[in-house]
Amino acid sequence: MNDISIVLCGEAGQGIQTVEQLFTKIVKKEGFNVFSTKEYMSRVRGGSNSTQLRISTEPVSAYINRIDILITLSEHAIKHLGDRVSNKTIIIGEKNHIKNNKNFKAIEIPFSLHAKEIGNIVFSNTIAVGLLSALCKIDKKVVTEQVKNFFSKKKKNLVKNNILAAEKGYNTGYNIVKKGKIRVNISVPKQQNTDIVLNGTQAIGLGALAGGCNFISSYPMSPSTGVLTFLSQQSNDFDIIVEQAEDEISAINMALGAWYAGARAMVTTSGGGYALMTEGVSLAGMIESPIVIHLAQRPGPATGLPTRTEQSDLEHALYSSHGEFPKIIFAPGTLQDGFYLTQKAFNLADKYQVPVYILTDQYFVDSYNNIPGLHLDRISNRNYFVKTKKDYKRYELKNNGISPRGIPGYGNGLICVDSDEHDEEGRITESINIRTKMVDKRLRKLKEIMKETIPPALIGDEHYKTLIIGWGSTYHIIKEAIEKIGRKDVSFLHFKQIYPIHPNTINILKKAEKTIILENNATSQFGKLIKLHTGYEINHKILQYNGLPFSVETVEKQIKQILQRGQ
Amino acid sequence: MDIKEYDSGSIDIAWCPGCGNYAILNTLKQALAELKISPQQLVVVSGIGQAAKIPQYFKTNYFNGLHGRALPPATGIKSANPSLTVIAESGDGDMYGEGGNHFIHTIRRNPDITNIIHNNMVYGLTKGQASPTSELGFRTPIQITGVVSEPFNPLSIAIALDASFVARAFAGDIKETKEIMKKAITHKGYALVDIFQPCITFNKINTYEWFKKHTYYMDSTHDITNRLESFKKSIEIAKLPLGIFYKNKNKKNFEQNLKIYTKNKKPLYQRHMRMEKIAKLINSKK
Repeated sequence: MNDISIVLCGEAGQGIQTVEQLFTKIVKKEGFNVFSTKEYMSRVRGGSNSTQLRISTEPVSAYINRIDILITLSEHAIKHLGDRVSNKTIIIGEKNHIKNNKNFKAIEIPFSLHAKEIGNIVFSNTIAVGLLSALCKIDKKVVTEQVKNFFSKKKKNLVKNNILAAEKGYNTGYNIVKKGKIRVNISVPKQQNTDIVLNGTQAIGLGALAGGCNFISSYPMSPSTGVLTFLSQQSNDFDIIVEQAEDEISAINMALGAWYAGARAMVTTSGGGYALMTEGVSLAGMIESPIVIHLAQRPGPATGLPTRTEQSDLEHALYSSHGEFPKIIFAPGTLQDGFYLTQKAFNLADKYQVPVYILTDQYFVDSYNNIPGLHLDRISNRNYFVKTKKDYKRYELKNNGISPRGIPGYGNGLICVDSDEHDEEGRITESINIRTKMVDKRLRKLKEIMKETIPPALIGDEHYKTLIIGWGSTYHIIKEAIEKIGRKDVSFLHFKQIYPIHPNTINILKKAEKTIILENNATSQFGKLIKLHTGYEINHKILQYNGLPFSVETVEKQIKQILQRGQ
Repeated sequence: MDIKEYDSGSIDIAWCPGCGNYAILNTLKQALAELKISPQQLVVVSGIGQAAKIPQYFKTNYFNGLHGRALPPATGIKSANPSLTVIAESGDGDMYGEGGNHFIHTIRRNPDITNIIHNNMVYGLTKGQASPTSELGFRTPIQITGVVSEPFNPLSIAIALDASFVARAFAGDIKETKEIMKKAITHKGYALVDIFQPCITFNKINTYEWFKKHTYYMDSTHDITNRLESFKKSIEIAKLPLGIFYKNKNKKNFEQNLKIYTKNKKPLYQRHMRMEKIAKLINSKK
């Protein structure tokens, strides 16, 4: 086994995230592939949160149930993780955190005692990092160097103590292995890993920068806030106006004003926040304004499960907002998708003067992974606004529906936009003739958009009998499950553009004898959308809506069950 | 500049004959002409309602958006291109009712925009219901026994929030209103101009005569830099004061607080993202 799954489980506020970030850097530096994801409660202190770190010599990018090593940071950890803890799991923790668990292998490590010896209980986390590093046979020098870098902005004393803590943990781990208490079957990679490590939030944020985003107005809401934070952190280096609005209504209207005046603006939000934005989205439809919306899904209705994951806002994104007008919806499956699609979103929004969505979810934005890098030479940006002449008409009727978009102060024309139905100049009208022409003009843009719709990606053999269908963040989970199933006649069709659906979709579906769709929602929203646009009814649905992402094992098991049933 | 520069030819105006909106429109055009602000450099942002139709009736760039939502796009526009003159103009229902939250937070933000409110104390477009500024006891087809909610006082709220410019005018007084508008437009920060405007169709109480009788202009003894005195003026109701209530010159406006304009004054549309900087940032994630 060259793929180990480490889980850290403790209370909110215990610094599990520090361990995640630091240890990820260390293992990546040593040459491993690394994937990490977290599940956490909607609270600032207490409760039970856990983070999974997958470390492998092969690429790993998906959540799995299996736990090889569990570090318990609270007494509730083992109970919280339930049947994910097995008799194969090595549990490492304080005496009082691992007691009463006679069924499992457990190694007692007095983390807090060691930490107090160094000076403060907070060093427990760094001790854990040192210990894990030793278990993974990572060079001690790499560990101390990375710890030093990680805390470099802190006070000297703190850097020193963290190094001491890492060394203490490392030595402890080294001795455990030496005494034969644990065997971790992982070989150290021979080559350096030159990949970058990102999470979904950073991929979206970088994509926004690459798309020329220079304005973001939003209201904090989990799990979408990270993008606002990311762009705020970069705002001085990249000339971005960042405004935390009083509410989501203000946020989207401000962003529309910014586009009107020539900015490239976006909003980032989640379920309930997006609900407040929907009138503004309709305004974008009417005044034909570009807007980029990052919608990070979480389980609803209402406040739902604020920090958990779900794919249940597809219909909300698609059908929200009154009236009829075109939209584009992307749902990234990989970090690369997150970057390239967000960059593309700004250009498509500008080109077609429509709302473009990046539909992610908590699992996508919060998961870290190493990827080979992002290629800026593959992308380009174009501003589509025009310099206006005196007789400029904002809504000139064009064959393709796209009226050249002027901006105020650039040229001699006047830019008149109105949320009422309007004539070519943007003046209010109730002419039934113009009304019909304007609706047709706006909808004609969808035909143009269709021409550059991204086709779904087929993973596996072209001569499939069974086709598994997925969209957005489930990409890697389904891909790994299908690799494990290892059947040549089972392929995977992944959609990263979910609206409009690529016109060839029906042909790909029809080729299969059996189709199975996997969605992180209760009603198969994408399955319904496929039915609506292609007439094709998908045979089997695997749906999960408990707030957690699918695990590779669950997907594998459920697909196998369906495959067996058919035989 | 000739006021005719703002004329947009023959247009079908949806206001009632004799409406106070006509006077406000003409006064605004005069103020803009005297300030020599070209239609191309001006953006009027409005919401929904009879007053919000104002940009339709003269030559200007405009963003006639959603009900209650004039202030957020106005802030977005001004911050994306600070060289534009931005006026957010709507009625009392739009700005103080539907858009009340934005009214509060725009004052806090202090963008360099002028906020003109046609305050006729009644809903016009939806035909005669109470507005946030309707007086207690005002009867309508919905408030059948009269308004019981305390009227919204935009001036006291603005002064309480230390707004950088707070004024009230009366649509019937062209000369005085024009001077107030000019001062508001040239003021470098958020400027509130609440304008009493008779609604001849739905408000039979607060008429031209009523406003003439119940208002007076503050004289030079009023210290517009004294916040407490200004607040006292704003809560006078026996006779309603007109003129500039309060001004805070020491406040930085929203655009001045944006770091992107400290060294480079170019509006956003003239800037380009530098890919080499992004490449560097991506590389730092190794």
